[in-house]
Amino acid sequence: MASVNQTVQLDLANQSVREVNQFLHQDFDDGNAHYIEILHPDGNHSIGVGLDADADIDIRGHAGYYVAGMNRQARVTIHGNVGWSVAENIMSGSVRVKGNASQCAAASGHGGLVVIEGDASSRCGISMKGVDIVVGGSVGHLSGFMAQAGRMVICGDADAGLGDSIYEAVIYVAGKIHGLGADARKEPMSAEDVAAVTELLEQAQLQHDPQKFKRIASARTLYHWNADVEQEY
Amino acid sequence: MCGIVGLLLKTEPLRERLGELMVPMFTCMAARGSDSGGCAFFGESGDSPWRRFNLYVSDRQYPWQTLLDDFKTEFDGKNGSDVRFQTLENHAVLTAANDPVVVREWFEQRDPKVHLMSVGRNMDVYKDVGDPVEICKRFRFAEATGSHCVGHTRMATESAVTPVHSHPYTAGEDFCLVHNGSLSNPYMLRRRLEREGIRFETDNDTEAACRFIEWRLREGDNLQAALTTAFTQLDGFYTLLMATSNRICLVRDAFACKPAVVAETDEYVAISSEFRSLAHLPGVAQAEIFEPKPEEIYSWRV
Repeated sequence: MASVNQTVQLDLANQSVREVNQFLHQDFDDGNAHYIEILHPDGNHSIGVGLDADADIDIRGHAGYYVAGMNRQARVTIHGNVGWSVAENIMSGSVRVKGNASQCAAASGHGGLVVIEGDASSRCGISMKGVDIVVGGSVGHLSGFMAQAGRMVICGDADAGLGDSIYEAVIYVAGKIHGLGADARKEPMSAEDVAAVTELLEQAQLQHDPQKFKRIASARTLYHWNADVEQEY
Repeated sequence: MCGIVGLLLKTEPLRERLGELMVPMFTCMAARGSDSGGCAFFGESGDSPWRRFNLYVSDRQYPWQTLLDDFKTEFDGKNGSDVRFQTLENHAVLTAANDPVVVREWFEQRDPKVHLMSVGRNMDVYKDVGDPVEICKRFRFAEATGSHCVGHTRMATESAVTPVHSHPYTAGEDFCLVHNGSLSNPYMLRRRLEREGIRFETDNDTEAACRFIEWRLREGDNLQAALTTAFTQLDGFYTLLMATSNRICLVRDAFACKPAVVAETDEYVAISSEFRSLAHLPGVAQAEIFEPKPEEIYSWRV
């Protein structure tokens, strides 16, 4: 049973990212609830990469590239904007960005939940493999490129090339779609889809009407090579 | 990697603080490129009769006075020119009304070690190899005033690390360009431009992009037309940030793999490779923040 809160403050003004990450890599599996606050991230790269801990982590400020990459279990909140590849290859747990995210948010994520409260840039959810992503704002071009599994909810608009070469992941978009990628198509929303969007918006704590979302999924025409199609190179 | 920064100030009071505001942007991006650093500053626009010639030598104890005395003897009084100059270690700004072609030739003959980095009525260019933070201190970027600037921190991935290979690149007058990325057809562009009689100073890919775009502008294209042509002719990865005496302009290639983020308020437009270098700017929390789209032209007037 979880006992007393173990609150720890780490300050990147006095410690290196490597020192902070080494602290975060210790064995937290002691039955206690852990709360860790990281101060002065100042856009440093690779903060909190490789976490595998039942812990709540608040990063107070802007983070750089790869923050919370490969996350397991931990619930990480970044109180600012993040650079490229936040929560890249996330396995489980959750990562929440209070501001905007740059390119490749949650790239190749296997599980867990990634919430971007602001906008995400291009290639959001590229090659996602089971992670759930909720973006409060809009996403940039080529989001969901080769997305294999998992769900992505976009409350704003999506730029060109959405879901290009998508496999079995599903994308839900409330706003305008500025062009679908190859083999991505709009499909009717089923009751299960509305339930999925409702559940994900609840988890993300974002208020939107689930009925307004469109479903984008694979037309599966790229699954097999079609020699009859006219090829020009 | 490389770092690029740009800042355009929309209000007069802020223009007194151009250097002060850009220095943290620039030094932050030194982490993306530690080979070389440089910045082009644009002072108050307006039609000055004088051209500003920015000169560079690698020797920090260079006897500028002798050179400039000779220049005065040669040019003072000609074409109504009233030659003035200011020097700062291995950099000098010479103000004169003479023809840039004649001036360039004179310097080449007088001392080939002296490199004419830029010509323009509003633009000063400072660049060198070495730690960008040191370059920034040596050339007193913090004291700069003016309407806009573009800077670059370089981590070379193709041509040599020398002062002339560092950014910003300039071509023509009052035009400069910084680049993050790499072009795959710079020699094709270069051969094309050399047939037009355009001379190159380095074997660097960015110089090809810089001279190509300036050539299109000089041939009468507006910015839109010049850059639309550039999209079809430049092959490779690029985020390009350009400046003229009255605007800055930003474009990314079709894949937009090279980073750029823009923060715009009523008071300024700030551009950087990474958001963290904009985080100190006043009112940035309320700024409109976005990443530019591929092959879209973003241009801001002073």
